Amino acid sequence: MSLAWLGVVPFLAYATAFLLLPAANVLIGAFQSNEGGYTLDNVRTLFDEPYRTAFKNSIEVSLVTALLGGIIGLLMAYSAIREGTPRWIRGGLTTFSGVAANFAGIPLAFAFIATFGILGVGTQAMTAVGFNPYDHGFSLFTKTGIEIVYLYFQIPLMILVIAPAIDGLRREWREAASSLGASSWQFWRHIGVPILLPSLLSAMVLLFGNAFAAYATAYGLTSGGVGLVPIQIGFFLSGDVFDNPHLGQALAFGMFVVLGLMMLAYIPLQRISSRWMK
Amino acid sequence: MTPRRRIAPSAVVWLFLGSAYFLIPLLATLLFSLRNDQTAKCCTLANYSYILHDPDFWSTIKLSFIVALETIAITVALLVPTVYWVHLKVPRLRPLISFLALVPFVVAPIILVVGLLDVYRGTPEWFYAQPYGFLAAVYVVLAFPFMYFSLDTGFRSIDVHTLTEASQSLGASWPTTLWRVILPNIKAAALAGSFLTLAIVMGEFTIASLAQFKTFSVYVQYINQNKTYPAGAITLLAFGITWAAMLALLAVGRGRQAPITEGEK
Repeated sequence: MSLAWLGVVPFLAYATAFLLLPAANVLIGAFQSNEGGYTLDNVRTLFDEPYRTAFKNSIEVSLVTALLGGIIGLLMAYSAIREGTPRWIRGGLTTFSGVAANFAGIPLAFAFIATFGILGVGTQAMTAVGFNPYDHGFSLFTKTGIEIVYLYFQIPLMILVIAPAIDGLRREWREAASSLGASSWQFWRHIGVPILLPSLLSAMVLLFGNAFAAYATAYGLTSGGVGLVPIQIGFFLSGDVFDNPHLGQALAFGMFVVLGLMMLAYIPLQRISSRWMK
Repeated sequence: MTPRRRIAPSAVVWLFLGSAYFLIPLLATLLFSLRNDQTAKCCTLANYSYILHDPDFWSTIKLSFIVALETIAITVALLVPTVYWVHLKVPRLRPLISFLALVPFVVAPIILVVGLLDVYRGTPEWFYAQPYGFLAAVYVVLAFPFMYFSLDTGFRSIDVHTLTEASQSLGASWPTTLWRVILPNIKAAALAGSFLTLAIVMGEFTIASLAQFKTFSVYVQYINQNKTYPAGAITLLAFGITWAAMLALLAVGRGRQAPITEGEK
């Protein structure tokens, strides 16, 4: 038995100390009671208010922004890549997406406050033409507002992830289909969509996880006014809720379960979709 | 020769709508940042001057930048030898290392911070209460996925075995081989991972704020809540930092695949 594996020990030790140990702390702590024994009470509490609503909100925001971000991102990426669009547009879109996918958190939240907040430039411009959105039931500081803002990083992530799959749709396939008499609709119905589907689904699963784990953007936008799971965890850690420290771990455990299921869906989809990309 | 096709009308519509959605908030923030803090009238640079004359701006940006450099140094020192060794000697461990590098996506920062605070609460002040200790150590984990996959791609494109044998047959030691032969060959990959890490650390808010450190993004949030119009100025400055890091990344990665990232949200 060779001792070559010893070479990866420093990395394994580091990952254990700062990744696996805290993860294990959450997994075990979620099932411990304040008295020290094991209990299911903390996890059961996740199904009571306000945590039930927090999970519902988080899942809803993630689903909506994954679907909308996925569809809009696909349409934009396809528009930029398809034949006829000047090449520089694709380069520009990719560069911008790289920045926008990383431009999240506190500054992103404020950019939207400056635009569609109560004093925002966009809100004032709309008021000037006689339509103040805040008089018509709109508010940026709601679930809908969070969804609008999340799309700012969801769409660019979709563009970056789906572009290689669109490149994989070879032009010859389209030409072959049309020379056999297929209409554009028939091409998409029988060739384009079935080939893209696994990539689309895996990208949307990734977007779901991306939104589900987000904390800073929602916090910067609403200061915790809309109950999402990460916001509830933030309350626990900043000491606003004192009664049971293990409940914070249970909430984190609940997020871990959702994100873990996401990974389980993502990996096989990723494997199928990479078949078409060479 | 295929005839040059014109741009499709639907493509124009989608790209136009998308650009509007992405550019309007940036333009609005710019206009917002030029307003007078008292009268809310345009146009003045006073908000930028306010930020640039705020000592907290300089101290927090310096703190975050040093933490970022420290994070990059530790991540490179930890991952370059590991990925090299895995490619050279123990390829069967590659799935395990890849798996560990992916774990931070499932154990997201908001989950990680819960466990971290509980595990490290009792550790000495010089580590736990220091951004250069605890925070940098944790950010290394957030950098794992980006640095690892960048390096893994880099190492796959070079012939590790031949380079190592050539270097050692000329009498080079392991450290010399790693430093003088391997590192120059994967410099672009290491730099790409480093710029991503820089962008992530400069913008990281979740762990910094919940662990009570006064980093740059915690300062940005403080301004957002307390100074209406200077907040527009600091937002654009923060956006500029992300731009600079990503453009530097593209410059070193020219010809490589566009970065697919998932930073702090």
